[in-house]
Amino acid sequence: MAGLIEQERYTCAIGALQTVVAIPRAVPILHSGPGCGVMIKGFFERASGYAGGETAPCTNFSEKEVVFGGTDRLRNIIKNTYKVLDTDLQVVVTGCTAGIVGDDVASVTDEFLWEEDRPIVHVETSGFKSNNYVSHSAVVNAIIDQYVSRFEEENPARSEKNLVNVFASIPYQDQFWKGNLKEYKRLLEGLGLKVNILFGPHSGGVKEWQTIPKANFNVFISPWYGEPIVKNLERKYGQPYYQFGYLPIGANETTKFLNGVLEYAIEQGAGIDEIKARAFIAEEERAYYEELDNLATFLLEFRYGLPSYAHVLHDAGYVVGLTKFLLHETGVIPKEQFIVDNVPAKYQEKIAEEIRSVSDKREIPVYFDPDAGAMQDVIRGLDNKGRALILGSGWDKELAAEIGGDFLSIACPTPYRIVLTTNYVGYTGGLRVIEDIYNTALATYK
Amino acid sequence: MSKVNLNIPEVEIREIRLNSITGFQGTAKELVDACSACGGKMKDKNRSFSQCLGCGTSNAACTLTLIQDAAIISHGPVGCSTCLHEFAFTYRVNAYLRQLEHPTQRKIFSTNLEEKDTIYGGAKKLEAAIREVHKRAKPKAIFVITTCAAGIIGDDVESVTNAAQKELGIPVVAVFCEGFRSKMWTSGFDAGYHGIARKIIKPARQKRNIINVINFWGSDIFREWFAEFGYEPNYITPFATVDSLSYSSEAALTIQACSTLGSYLGAALEQGFGVPEIRNSPPYGIAQTDRWFRELGQILGKEKEVEEFLARKKAEYMPKIEALREKLKGKTAYVTAGASHGHSLLALLKELGMETQGAAIFHHDPKYDNEDERADTLSHTVADYGDVPNYNVCNKQEFELVNVLNRIRPDILLARHGGMTLWGAKLGIPSLLVGDEHFGMGYEGLVAYGERILETIDNDEFVKNLAKHSVNPYTKWWLEQEPYTFLGK
Repeated sequence: MAGLIEQERYTCAIGALQTVVAIPRAVPILHSGPGCGVMIKGFFERASGYAGGETAPCTNFSEKEVVFGGTDRLRNIIKNTYKVLDTDLQVVVTGCTAGIVGDDVASVTDEFLWEEDRPIVHVETSGFKSNNYVSHSAVVNAIIDQYVSRFEEENPARSEKNLVNVFASIPYQDQFWKGNLKEYKRLLEGLGLKVNILFGPHSGGVKEWQTIPKANFNVFISPWYGEPIVKNLERKYGQPYYQFGYLPIGANETTKFLNGVLEYAIEQGAGIDEIKARAFIAEEERAYYEELDNLATFLLEFRYGLPSYAHVLHDAGYVVGLTKFLLHETGVIPKEQFIVDNVPAKYQEKIAEEIRSVSDKREIPVYFDPDAGAMQDVIRGLDNKGRALILGSGWDKELAAEIGGDFLSIACPTPYRIVLTTNYVGYTGGLRVIEDIYNTALATYK
Repeated sequence: MSKVNLNIPEVEIREIRLNSITGFQGTAKELVDACSACGGKMKDKNRSFSQCLGCGTSNAACTLTLIQDAAIISHGPVGCSTCLHEFAFTYRVNAYLRQLEHPTQRKIFSTNLEEKDTIYGGAKKLEAAIREVHKRAKPKAIFVITTCAAGIIGDDVESVTNAAQKELGIPVVAVFCEGFRSKMWTSGFDAGYHGIARKIIKPARQKRNIINVINFWGSDIFREWFAEFGYEPNYITPFATVDSLSYSSEAALTIQACSTLGSYLGAALEQGFGVPEIRNSPPYGIAQTDRWFRELGQILGKEKEVEEFLARKKAEYMPKIEALREKLKGKTAYVTAGASHGHSLLALLKELGMETQGAAIFHHDPKYDNEDERADTLSHTVADYGDVPNYNVCNKQEFELVNVLNRIRPDILLARHGGMTLWGAKLGIPSLLVGDEHFGMGYEGLVAYGERILETIDNDEFVKNLAKHSVNPYTKWWLEQEPYTFLGK
């Protein structure tokens, strides 16, 4: 898996600076070469947040720092960051240059630990170390270990029975992260839980992060990325976690997800009114099926052509979630699926099993390969009958045109679509996916 | 002594080759005078606070990715090429400007260097990558752009590419553009062009009636202009083919849309392949437009035709320009842009009768590779139209820009790079970014630009509303300091 990659769908480890940008009023400080910040900004687009993008401080390694080390320069930049930017949390992330020359970043940030009244955290994110799916966990764990842990006394472990921390979307890498996190929060609150959502405008910023230890348990929605976070919290605060291994999109999977969390919460001793919680799920379902019921006539009778089968090129969480959703809730048949987030080998079998369980009568081939350009060549070589729908990144627009299919932009990089607070998870998310697919198809009739 | 040497793998960075700087505070005239007083040997200043800069690797890619039939391999970790999809987008959406009906998918790859490669080296990985790219994309040339990680671990990219070129029978070009090497991302342009000049361009077979245009992906104005004199533009490098680049040596001359961009390639084409280069900086503003066209006429031996052309343009556009001057009189502007293009915008604003209150220009080249004073856009601007106060050389340091704009509050902010207009808008200042670098050229360009400026100033309801609700991460303390507090002596 370590070979050539054509058409990158994720970025390198320092891309997890966006995890910092997603925390209200936090600032990433890059101890890296020039260009790293711009590459990340260019990959995610429209992702500057409060103090990311061109606002983010950076040591901009030059030849001098490569030869003599960059810790003096870093010290200056940190000192002046406090003066210039009004922020609640500073997180130093490092690039390849700092990593290879071996700068002792911790010794610099330690100088600021108690000196300033504003907190600082450091984390190694040299680009060659991993990618942003992996280093997202490193950044979150660094904040937990170096910042959240300073507030343990006021926030005793598992002291609030109805409070949960949610670890799900990777901010910006999941372009629907804001909407998705907001929807998770709404749904879990509907069950009677209190939610630390941690990222985005509906989180309480660093104050909310301080209460992470108090949570009774963690809700972990992911096939693999983010696992080191919930493992860390399990070790540190004895918090168990409930895992849902893909994105719950549409009614079937959202109901399954919510029922799962509900039973787990009761098991863990949360004070939940089960009847009220079940009623909430039922009401959400009812509203969802009212729409699907209404739409079914269109899906069955529209006589001018709609997509009949789909290929998804995305990370494992989306591919599994969408495969289940498309088949059972839209009637678009998922054909070959492409998981391009460089899933470590040990998780692949479980994900493949999840795809196999989508249907007991059809086989859905699945490929694991971050070389998305090669995956496009696989699609070019297929001979599926019907009208294709490609759900992927901006790279796939040209492919869709080549094979005469419809294209919906749902993954990074996404130059052909603006996403603000749209969600794809949950009941409402499923309806939105339906709107997007069929609006895309209808827009081709000019 | 010119520094063009096509026999060595790497071109020197701008700091060394041209004594370019990224820090200066004063007026435009002070900068011009300081440069000539020290014979172009300016001393740069450092900042004790800095924000994210661009790097050479993406600018090198900018010169290579849009070549129709080439492939690009970034030799580095996966992150070092993740913004290049933006060029794929540009290629697709702007192809029509070059009459390209079916723009093909851009072929962009990463060798995906990982930790073990930083220990054992990445040369083997690169060899395998080049073979696979050749098989998969069937390109006419492969460019390998380098990154910080590849540079520091010391992979011998030149040897690998030379061996691959021999094996595959197509040009395989190493382009050295590690980010840490230069504070000027524009060094990446030079790196890309050096690769093209040393391995793609071939000696001329015969001269043809074409004129090389070193540019980005702007509108096709040169086709109409050159047709008047019996020539056609040969656009370099976006939308060129490997073949059309190879025979750019057969052009009658080379012009540049922006001297910051084309300085090195213009000089390389002249010194390495005998294609003369227009010395005068590009045609923005009346004075410079006239000078530029006259030099064009001189090189082509079409002096008379040029005079007729200019007279026609004047007759057609001067009344419109006069009317615009009337409307724009007394309006104030601030400019933030790359060096030469920024100087051109200042000239254009002054030509339209506006008051330029200052500028944040990303770097300064005291001279260009042709070492001709006529190429110095800023000195033309100052000589033709007078001084510009608050002239700051600043490599896109947003904190300085915010501080300055907050004080100056011009009627309009003109920007040429992404990310900068936001701060005008957040402060309620109408802000304009024109993506097409040819938009303001010539007499017609003055009119087009002037009209856009009027529209932008008029359309201020959105920015006024945004300003009321905008989020500002900068401290009160900082906004009260002098803007260049962190710029060293």
